[in-house]
Amino acid sequence: MSAPDWITVCAVADIPALGARRVRRPDGVDIALFRAESDRIYALLDRCPHKGGPLSQGIVFGASVACPLHNWTIRLDDGHAQAPDEGCTPVFAVKLEDGQVYLRRDQLLAPIAALKTASCDAACADAA
Amino acid sequence: MNKPKLVLIGNGMAGVRALEELLKLAPELYDITVFGAEPYPNYNRILLSPVLAGEQTVEQIILNPLSWYADNGIILHTGKTVVEIDRVTRIVRAEDGTEAPYDRLLIATGSLPFILPVPGKDLEGVIAYRDIKDTEAMIEAAKVHKHAVVIGGGLLGLEAANGLTLRGMGVTVVHIMPWLMERQLDEVAGKLLQKSLQERGITFRIGAQTAALLGGEQGRVQAVQFKDGTEIPADLVVMAAGIRPNTALAASAGLHCDRGIVVSDTLQTVTDPRIYAVGECAAHRGIAYGLVAPLFEQAKVVANHLAQFGIGRYTGSQTSTKLKVTGIDLFSAGNFMGGEGCEDIVLSDPSSGVYKRLVVKDNKLVGACLYGDTVDGSWYFKLLREGRSVGDIRDKLMFGESHLGDTGHQGQSKAATMADCDEVCGCNGVCKGTIVKAIKDKGLFTLEEVRKHTKASASCGSCTGLVEQILMFTAGGDYSATPKKKAMCGCTDASHQEVRDAIREQHLLSIPEVCAKLGWRTPNGCSSCRPAVNYYLISTWPHEAKDDPQSRFINERSHANIQKNGTYSVIPRMWGGETSAADLRRIADVVDRYAIPTVKVTGGQRIDLLGVKKEDLQAVWRDLDMPSGHAYAKALRTVKTCVGSEWCRFGTQDSTAMGKALERATWRMYAPHKVKYAVSGCPRNCAEAGIKDVGIIGVDSGWEMYVAGNGGIKTEVAQFLVKLKTADEVLEYTGAFSQLYREEGWYLERTVHYVARVGLDYVKQRIVDDAEGRKALWERLQFALQGEPDPWFDIDKAQVDTRQFIPIVPITEGAPA
Repeated sequence: MSAPDWITVCAVADIPALGARRVRRPDGVDIALFRAESDRIYALLDRCPHKGGPLSQGIVFGASVACPLHNWTIRLDDGHAQAPDEGCTPVFAVKLEDGQVYLRRDQLLAPIAALKTASCDAACADAA
Repeated sequence: MNKPKLVLIGNGMAGVRALEELLKLAPELYDITVFGAEPYPNYNRILLSPVLAGEQTVEQIILNPLSWYADNGIILHTGKTVVEIDRVTRIVRAEDGTEAPYDRLLIATGSLPFILPVPGKDLEGVIAYRDIKDTEAMIEAAKVHKHAVVIGGGLLGLEAANGLTLRGMGVTVVHIMPWLMERQLDEVAGKLLQKSLQERGITFRIGAQTAALLGGEQGRVQAVQFKDGTEIPADLVVMAAGIRPNTALAASAGLHCDRGIVVSDTLQTVTDPRIYAVGECAAHRGIAYGLVAPLFEQAKVVANHLAQFGIGRYTGSQTSTKLKVTGIDLFSAGNFMGGEGCEDIVLSDPSSGVYKRLVVKDNKLVGACLYGDTVDGSWYFKLLREGRSVGDIRDKLMFGESHLGDTGHQGQSKAATMADCDEVCGCNGVCKGTIVKAIKDKGLFTLEEVRKHTKASASCGSCTGLVEQILMFTAGGDYSATPKKKAMCGCTDASHQEVRDAIREQHLLSIPEVCAKLGWRTPNGCSSCRPAVNYYLISTWPHEAKDDPQSRFINERSHANIQKNGTYSVIPRMWGGETSAADLRRIADVVDRYAIPTVKVTGGQRIDLLGVKKEDLQAVWRDLDMPSGHAYAKALRTVKTCVGSEWCRFGTQDSTAMGKALERATWRMYAPHKVKYAVSGCPRNCAEAGIKDVGIIGVDSGWEMYVAGNGGIKTEVAQFLVKLKTADEVLEYTGAFSQLYREEGWYLERTVHYVARVGLDYVKQRIVDDAEGRKALWERLQFALQGEPDPWFDIDKAQVDTRQFIPIVPITEGAPA
């Protein structure tokens, strides 16, 4: 059993290498769960800060993803858009244990408005 | 703990740009010290002319304020000229005794004005035009003096003359050569320029040789005397007769100099590998460059080496001149003077102030000189650089690339006449004012930088010429674009062609192999190179190289077209645009069953179901029970047909049957970009075959085949390739042309651009003249398509990862509400 705070989502192997899966959130907007090189796992809100594109559908490279709508590059570790584009998308904590991927229960259930302020500074939240 | 020490001599544009590039790559690697002879931080020297003309201030042209040096921990010594480099103890010394030890030294001392060796050259009031000090001296002189003489009718001299005229002085330009700017313009253009400058009040003494500068009682210059004995009054003399690389310091340190400090392809001096030189002082393969773009390319390479990456090489730049002299557009490149074996194509319209001269040799464009209308300059420059045959476009050459169907910016071709609120880039909605502001605020110099920051011309590219013009007169007069080859993306120095060649020659079969062999800088490429490399692999080695779905754009992974709200559109294939009651019923049922919000007839004679949820895609495909239309892919899309002789009273051929046969033979064909065919049954051409990648037009005696048309961003009419007799020939020729494009096109290059690059003559030779080669191409295409799966139904073989259709729903029971 994992700590009560964390919820099992899937196995690392359930995510395609250099790809992503969508994780449903009760509040509506999904989480994009990424598997980057060397099985590093990242989780972002599945919404590009530019025009809301689903980042889970983008091409994953290095520690970034290219949004499928207008090719903005978003960093997987902090959700920031690559300069000169400006904006950021909320990041979710990820825990890996025995090949299983865990997300935090409170973040999974949090209403969308609370997410923005929790993990992005005010300027970014506005842009998002 | 001690970091190695890097010293930069010369606080100008090239040297500081190298530091900026270095800080991007390795911000913590060096302790950096900068010496600058001038008392200012790095400023944009190209913009001295607008300062002189009163359009900008010195503050506005500062590129790196003092705070930039401080923020990056750089020690800056302004106003200190370095007078000695001790290469034994590795110390540089300035005039005032300031010393700095170095482990790596970067020399960027720029150039010095050439001062005519005539009597009186040292008189008060005789200056060069090179830096802020000179500019301020001119501004001061204009306040109290009347007569200015500028020696030298090149770009710099004319800009000085213009600025001084605007500041109220009477200006005479003395030019020893027979016409102005003789290194950039031919005689006709030079004379046109002179005429329009005369209209602005500037006087010229063309062909006059300066003998002496005569002083007055206070030791200030008073007159200029010519070889023929005549004199003109002068309170201010500006020497603008050329520049020389500033190599004195390097030479005194024993570094080999020959028309500049001689450097290798890594920009290291040939004498001492610890010492690098960039910019106007450096001679690379015998050339000292004086334009911004080459200097910035050099800066990138030198930074790459200083950061100890060791993979950058500078191989030289081809340059063009695209100038903005006092509101007059000029462009020249290559051998614009012509000569033995050259032919001129000339358009001259003096009353509207337009003159264009194109020089062609051996069927290739070798030079261009444009006056008054320069919007096609970059196109001519591209033709010139690529050295492609222009025989097949000779008759259109003069009218430029943008004369036909150029959309998205209201047909504008002169950026200067546009208002700030006019839209330049119709794709991304960027106005002229936004571009100007970005260039000024962010200190942009190159087209690439403008694209990155503003997105202008970053999508379809049809407004590139306009953006270049704006760049030119906002960032300065001597902007010039031009790496000799274009790298595929930031991950590599290799060009598209080099990657294609390497994959074929070295039999590379996977993306990691390509990245390793060609020295990719990134672990797994980026969203721009990976799809390209993946396509090159599978098109070069069909049935051998394995497709990598994760290197494809989402549309080719989900086999549907992503829409702005994250839903998808589904377009089933309708052979030749023909449908049936059964198909239409099934489509209607699917629309109802999955509550699909929009149903639309496409331009390619098919039916588009828009707003399908990703979760429903597989079920929608299954229930439609029709083949994938590949409307989402870089692949064969549609074959548009008219009804043809089957029904039409004018039809000469059965175009519908021909179209269906073509579509069945070539569907599932991936290509560098989307591919569209059309077949019309008579020359009335109801299927619009004239704007398709391959257009077939039925005539009584057979079929005419047209290629490389495009109805998109730039409407391009397809060009006649060949007249054919039978339907089998149509299949073979169309297949062969498509395969040629598949094997040689660069990723995201449409057939129109591919054919423009290689020339229609080449395509004719491969497809029409070489029967054996054509058959081989057609066979290779059939081989590649053998067993190619329909991704909507043969999901395993097409490697469709079905996990993407099902979101993960975590179990959160016991959660607080």
